[in-house]
Amino acid sequence: MIPLKRTCKQAAALMVAREDLALSLADRVALRLHLLICAACPRFERQILGMRNSLKQWRNYTAPD
Amino acid sequence: MGLQPAVQLHCNSFRSGCLLVCASATFLQHQNNFARTRFLALPYTAQQRHHHRTMSGTSTPLPAFETQVAELHGYLLKFARLQLRNDAWAEDAVSDTLLAALSKPQAFGNRSQLKTWLVGILKHKVVDALRLRSREVCQGDDSQDGNEDPLDYLGFKADGHYIEPPAEWGNPEQQASSRQFFEVLEACANQLPAVQGRLFLMREWLELSSEEICKELQLTPTNLYVQLHRARLRLRECLELNWYGRRAAKQ
Repeated sequence: MIPLKRTCKQAAALMVAREDLALSLADRVALRLHLLICAACPRFERQILGMRNSLKQWRNYTAPD
Repeated sequence: MGLQPAVQLHCNSFRSGCLLVCASATFLQHQNNFARTRFLALPYTAQQRHHHRTMSGTSTPLPAFETQVAELHGYLLKFARLQLRNDAWAEDAVSDTLLAALSKPQAFGNRSQLKTWLVGILKHKVVDALRLRSREVCQGDDSQDGNEDPLDYLGFKADGHYIEPPAEWGNPEQQASSRQFFEVLEACANQLPAVQGRLFLMREWLELSSEEICKELQLTPTNLYVQLHRARLRLRECLELNWYGRRAAKQ
């Protein structure tokens, strides 16, 4: 049986890592389970996804004069 | 159709053709919307008269392609410095960009398009610079970064739970102008230690994959991920302190 329990700290580390590398299947499943049962971690996920989105807009942005 | 005679009149060479198009585009930019509509609706003879006036210099002189490109030196330097974190390398990359741009003059409908084109060239020059100096790129004084785990900025108890749950950030673009937000974002990226900053910008500005970065710089994946992990958490912390937190304090 693959251990699927993650603490919030571990979940946060996985969400940061996910921006730059492909997570293992066990980590993906464990993260999804954790996000379902945790109240705090989805907030951190929204921050990380918000940053991803902001960076995308930033690199496509051309400042007007 | 109406422009045809004027174009033939001034288009003795590619250069003057380009100047003409730039000139009319810049003229358009300077008009307010009402005047722009009027201008576009003018019969061809009036348009032609305008070109004659412009060409003979009786109205405001319009910048040539070279001038327009040169004026964007500072704009390009900002990105080059952010990515390369070395003033001399950045100056070189921008000079190479301007030379490359001037060797193939072309017309743009507006200044944004010119900027986008130049930034595209700059990115190629910056990748060349990073490749050329791959060893130095990964050596920097990041010692002040210490041994602390940047995950601890988030505040965890010993059992791995949050001391306080993370804040709801909301959508930054809805709260203020993108320009202000992007200035804070750039300032935060610039505050990253040099090596972290370069690697982070390679991911987020040059849009290179982790594999490409490792290959270009002969880095191990572990080394790269450690640096990117630290960079992302530092940037998150900086944005929270300087943008989201400040906004929450105002409310």
